Amino acid sequence: MKVRLWGTRGSIASPGPGTARYGGNTSCVEVRGRDGEVLVLDAGTGMRPLGVALARESTEIHILLTHLHIDHIQGLGFFAPFFRPDARVHIWGPPSTRYHLRERLTRYLSPPLFPVRLRDLACTLEFHELLDEEVRIGKLRVTADLVLHPGTTSGYRISENGSTLAYLPDHEPALGARRFPEDARWTSGFDIAEGADLLIHDSQYLGGEYPEHIGWGHSSIEDTIAFARLSHVKKLVAFHHDPSHDDASLDMMWALGESMGPLPFDFSVGAEGSLFEL
Amino acid sequence: MAEPIEMILLRQWASYLSLPVWLMDADGSLVYYNEAAEPILGRQFEESGPISVAEIADILPSRDDTGRELDSAELPVAIALADQRPAHSRVSFRAFDGEIRLIEITAFPIVGQAGGLLGAVAMFWEIAP
Repeated sequence: MKVRLWGTRGSIASPGPGTARYGGNTSCVEVRGRDGEVLVLDAGTGMRPLGVALARESTEIHILLTHLHIDHIQGLGFFAPFFRPDARVHIWGPPSTRYHLRERLTRYLSPPLFPVRLRDLACTLEFHELLDEEVRIGKLRVTADLVLHPGTTSGYRISENGSTLAYLPDHEPALGARRFPEDARWTSGFDIAEGADLLIHDSQYLGGEYPEHIGWGHSSIEDTIAFARLSHVKKLVAFHHDPSHDDASLDMMWALGESMGPLPFDFSVGAEGSLFEL
Repeated sequence: MAEPIEMILLRQWASYLSLPVWLMDADGSLVYYNEAAEPILGRQFEESGPISVAEIADILPSRDDTGRELDSAELPVAIALADQRPAHSRVSFRAFDGEIRLIEITAFPIVGQAGGLLGAVAMFWEIAP
């Protein structure tokens, strides 16, 4: 399985010279299975350049949305395979109590917010709601589980031949916990992350910033590292960077994380273009 | 294996309340009660640990208003789980510390996304003897 980061930013795209190294695009991760399966985790603005790359090859693409906040779906309207008649695109996401996934996405992909409607797309489009269950996409096993973030939000666990990726880009497992981490049974996201070879996890805040943002659905780097320890992962990539964090701030976050060692896993701060092979 | 997110949120919420709360999972096990519930039940949760609903009637024998002994299936939490509806009753029971206490219990089923039954939550309070 190959995993490439196309967008690492949270909340809003933040391009500019100050974010050039870690990137300014919002959440989007490409996953390739050994048999050529193509999964796209979230549809942030990083999806536009990914779509350009995919337009030359894959005709079957699976987009797995963790939730429908705008920083995770804004790239949909600019995804080149949508406009190819030979492409078959599956969109997976968590259910809501009232509206189907297609109806909820239509709120964005329709005027006045966007000039093109879902029904006008040239590709074949299929929608799948996924709740606390495992499905197979080719030889990849994909498990979704609801996690702690405002609104219905999933995390994904993707496994192939004994290798596992855990993706929790928007996650605040410390919310409301008397102490963190508590035992695994009472920790949001544990089943998704347990023993993963690679955990891509929300780390929007430096510790001092977190108290002013409790309940916003995101984690401090300190809590993220504590969660990764609890989950016994092999590698942690800090993700969903705050738009106010420039490259120098993220260098500082990396150093802060390493200073919490010795860490029982590899640690890095996610940068656009990074490639991981599991 | 972690509990469903709805149950984790309920436990966190209950841990902040002065109102006694207990939490059952979908299998009927008592998986948590908060600090406010401990003096009524007569034991800290850390000591008692999870208890199955079948055991509750034996461990905490209960009677209704008329003094009739209650089967575990008649307790509000069991009704909330079995019938997926709120249930309420006044019962007396022998607590872990041996004291007999009179309480009122209101229980609700916890129905999560896609209508899945995840457990039940019970709120209760002691009636002055």
